[in-house]
Amino acid sequence: MHDFAEAFRLAFALAASGDADLIEIIALSLQVSLTALLASSVIGFGLGTLVAVARFPGRGAAIVAFNTLMGLPPVVVGLLVYLMLSRAGPLGVFGLLYTPAAMIIAQTILITPIIAALSRQIVEDLFLEYDELFRSMSVPTHQAMAAVLWDARFSLVTVALAGFGRAIAEVGAVMIVGGNIDHLTRVMTTAIALETSKGDLALALALGIVLLVISMTVNAMALSLRTTAARQAYA
Amino acid sequence: MKVKILATAAATVVVASALAFGTAMAEDKSIIVQSTTSTANSGLYDHLLPKFQEKTGITVNVVAVGTGQAIKNAKNCDGDVLLVHAKSAEEKFVSEGYGAARTDLMYNDFVIVGPPSDPAGIAGTSDAAAALKKIEGSKALFASRGDDSGTHKKEKSLWKAAGVDAGAGSGKWYRETGSGMGATLNAGTGMGAYVMTDRATWISFKNKGDYKIAVEGDTALFNQYGVIPVNKEKCPSVKAELGQKFIGWLLSAEGQSAIAAYKKDGQQLFFPNAPSV
Repeated sequence: MHDFAEAFRLAFALAASGDADLIEIIALSLQVSLTALLASSVIGFGLGTLVAVARFPGRGAAIVAFNTLMGLPPVVVGLLVYLMLSRAGPLGVFGLLYTPAAMIIAQTILITPIIAALSRQIVEDLFLEYDELFRSMSVPTHQAMAAVLWDARFSLVTVALAGFGRAIAEVGAVMIVGGNIDHLTRVMTTAIALETSKGDLALALALGIVLLVISMTVNAMALSLRTTAARQAYA
Repeated sequence: MKVKILATAAATVVVASALAFGTAMAEDKSIIVQSTTSTANSGLYDHLLPKFQEKTGITVNVVAVGTGQAIKNAKNCDGDVLLVHAKSAEEKFVSEGYGAARTDLMYNDFVIVGPPSDPAGIAGTSDAAAALKKIEGSKALFASRGDDSGTHKKEKSLWKAAGVDAGAGSGKWYRETGSGMGATLNAGTGMGAYVMTDRATWISFKNKGDYKIAVEGDTALFNQYGVIPVNKEKCPSVKAELGQKFIGWLLSAEGQSAIAAYKKDGQQLFFPNAPSV
């Protein structure tokens, strides 16, 4: 398959050319997925910690629900958000369909369960470990929660990265609610789908390589942040 | 405390970016066109839209999906203009009150492409129905869109004309991909199946492999595109004036000659045939 070699050559050429369209698409991909990550982190870490620490009826059901929703198919999320945001839907008046805002909403819904479910497990394990200590020192709950979250921060960064990975890689949801509109809602994954449908497999694969490199950069930055923070913390 | 600060910061960022997107949307003069994949994948819009935008300052945002989905989206008022290729479905869209009026815009034709081994022995023929009958007779593979698109509707009408119940061979020799034209071509060329495609998509398709056009030239393979403004009475949110400007330009002498001027590999992809005004 000469497509593979061609794809790598094209990926380098694309990256080197600094093509304005490509940069626009990459910037939008990052903007949408990072904003979605931020929103889901606030909601997901909050919910996750709450369910980890609090004891209430239906807690087991909540945990099962989070864990189940981790497997939400992106295309189903896209469909639900489309039906909500469509002019014919309940939130149609805001005119958000086919805008980056719609894509952020869809990705937020998609990755919040992942962040909530994983952080719930991490925080709960840590909380059980500290439980006796907290009780012996009569630490108030909110302080205990803050302490546990802080101690779990490195694991939670990995949770956030899992969410980011899911968001930046999905195509089903953003295709439906964004519409893959050139210069407006086209992101890396929808561009890859478009080039595949044009039969330009080498270019599609090249864009895929570029997307992987971007993901790798984000992950490397997170890791270096973590190493620096760890060095400072334990120095 | 830290959590609270973080949460506040995050909320601020979300709200700010939503606002930024919101104002960006409110500022520009733009319309949404619900369209078929063939017009977008062939690059026609990349050729037409800059000309229109330069003249009018209106940004045209194209959502390219199958005709069935495009009509569905337009019925939900999620578009200002509908540009598709399934005349009877378009006329139904208008008669149900969703569209204001339908006008012929341009045409090209469908072709049946196949592998060089030509297992059904139809290469070089021009009778589409006879070719389909031979495909069924030889149980040669055929990849269908299967997605209620304009191309799929046309293909079904041809099977009907051939007197063949293709659905009976579904999953065996008749393979319904349920996806767009490009994806179906990728699948078809991958499994050695015949595929019916519009000529514009075929000419601009880059993963042809050793495939060639087997059947072409039948009048039954005619492919008419129409353009319809979404009805403001059904959909108050529709930007009727801007949409009408775009349609007016497409149908004008200038728009029609811009369509005719679009070529790929020296071949004209779409032939304008709007009624002269």
